[in-house]
Amino acid sequence: MADPVLKIDGLEVLFPGFSGDVHAVNGVDLDVQPGEIVGLVGESGSAKSVTAMTALGLLPAGAFRQSAGTISILGRDVATMSEREMNKLRGGDVAMIFQEPQTALNPTKTIGKQMLRVIELHSNLRGLAARDRAIELLKDMRINDAEEILGRYPFELSGGMRQRILIGMAFACSPKLLVADEPTTALDVTVQRQVLQLLHAKARQTGASVLFISHDLAVISQFCDRIYVMYAGRVVESGPAQKVLGNPQHPYTAALIEALPEDANPGEPLASIPGTVPNLVNPPKGCAFQARCRHAHAACDSRPVLTDVGTKHQAACWLREEISA
Amino acid sequence: MTIDSVMTLSNIHMRFPFGEDWRGRPHGFVHALNGIDLEILRGKTLGVVGESGCGKSTLAQVLMGIRKPSEGEVIRNFGADHDVQIVFQDPQSSLNARMPVWRVITEPVFAVTKRPKAELRALAADLAAKVGLRPEVLDRYPHEFSGGQRQRIAIARALSSDPDVIVLDEPTSALDISIQAQILNLLKDLQAERGLTYIFISHDISVVRYLCDEVAVMYLGQVVEHGASDAVLAAPKHPYTRLLLDSIPTMRATGGLGESLSNTDLPSNRNLPTGCFFKDRCELAGVGCDVRQNMVPTEQAQVRCCQTAATTPQKVSA
Repeated sequence: MADPVLKIDGLEVLFPGFSGDVHAVNGVDLDVQPGEIVGLVGESGSAKSVTAMTALGLLPAGAFRQSAGTISILGRDVATMSEREMNKLRGGDVAMIFQEPQTALNPTKTIGKQMLRVIELHSNLRGLAARDRAIELLKDMRINDAEEILGRYPFELSGGMRQRILIGMAFACSPKLLVADEPTTALDVTVQRQVLQLLHAKARQTGASVLFISHDLAVISQFCDRIYVMYAGRVVESGPAQKVLGNPQHPYTAALIEALPEDANPGEPLASIPGTVPNLVNPPKGCAFQARCRHAHAACDSRPVLTDVGTKHQAACWLREEISA
Repeated sequence: MTIDSVMTLSNIHMRFPFGEDWRGRPHGFVHALNGIDLEILRGKTLGVVGESGCGKSTLAQVLMGIRKPSEGEVIRNFGADHDVQIVFQDPQSSLNARMPVWRVITEPVFAVTKRPKAELRALAADLAAKVGLRPEVLDRYPHEFSGGQRQRIAIARALSSDPDVIVLDEPTSALDISIQAQILNLLKDLQAERGLTYIFISHDISVVRYLCDEVAVMYLGQVVEHGASDAVLAAPKHPYTRLLLDSIPTMRATGGLGESLSNTDLPSNRNLPTGCFFKDRCELAGVGCDVRQNMVPTEQAQVRCCQTAATTPQKVSA
């Protein structure tokens, strides 16, 4: 197998705070192989975004502390790279798409200016050649009047259009890894579908790997090859999307799927998960899901590790450990 | 009519002026609602779905009585004491950050009749227990709560004036899945207990299918399909409803995202299209679509589309 595009080993991140450090990421192992679309799914506070942001060095310096773990992008250890090298990497080989297409674009500059800046910064295309590249990228995103759009300002465009432009921009320098942080959460369902289709097709066509962050299980199930389910800063289950969501092995994944109203009978109450996520200032010693889990027992006081529960399918739960033992 | 309705909307139009010349005359109008007829049944839940910009929230404001429609009439069939309450999407900004929870909860009552503090506190404690908040939270402030708990506070506030109708404007879209399920269960229990009427505005079809008795699908300020939610969502008749349902990501899908791309551009609501509003995005558009469409009853619902109303649904879905 080729080298992974992104590899995270035992990552631990904490944010210093007045009432104690917030242990946001508590030992995450994750890898993204070339050409693979990997999903990161979990509720708010599960550290999906923090994990990705740490990997790309996007968290503000001083606001966080990486207490353990290594991150390597395209075979290079991020810790050994200078800020200058990171800047070269970001936007070039590694691109990002954020949740809010409104705030990700500069409101005072035209789309054309912003696109050309990215292209000229990271490739040797200049002037008209760069402009042609921008038009080509927009055309790929099914934007018909691309020439005209280049002269427009972000506020003149709809949310779906802005997000398509950002995807086009992200692919400007043929990235090897694309990190998409909830790219369709702010969009309507019809627009969401279109944006996801375009993103999927473009990733497959260019062979780029995608790390797709979402809280929406349905989107993840349709979009990703392989997924990681996160809870309270840990990976609780990982494996091929269809396997994990079709046959969940961790009680948290199972409970999440049951809580969806999609298959619920309108006459019956929904299977909700009682309680709330644990406070990460004092993260639980044992299994993080213990307090909300209906299968919790004595063994859950110590922390379970990810164990194989099927081919390429792993879950961090003592129940599975006992079954497989 | 034997139907027990709490509210009847007839031919509601809502226009907002934009821009003005030197004499203060507007340049034009944004047509937010273009002829809404709705009957809201007592004790039932009406789901209102549609994309952003379709007029869902303007409709909520008209229902609340915050805005007076430019045209048309809202008939309210309940006493003056009882009113309409609302639960907003974002519990962060819809709760007053400077008030303790018990004040927040009893504000609708306090605003109308200045009752003694002890009485208001007792009411707040009672409501907090109803929505699953512990009594010790009453003296805390909204920022100390998680999103799900804040939404519980917002629901308690909506209940405090003992309303007949509660407008729920995307109450769960800012919440996590596990918390969403808790809130939906709470809403169902409260409805069964108090005989409340809900108007549930959402873009999440699976929540609407679960919670609502009836559903109205809106497009560009019009209701394009209205009927029992199980019937409408199982066998949509209007091409827009079908597009909406096909776009929803689902766990059960096996074929990935599909290849066909649909046109997602909404027509401008400043200059309304002539003829059928959905014409430009509709795959069935043909003869007859050049005139304005009216709601036509079908077996189980009402549809605003000439193509489906005239022909059998089998032919359409082919």
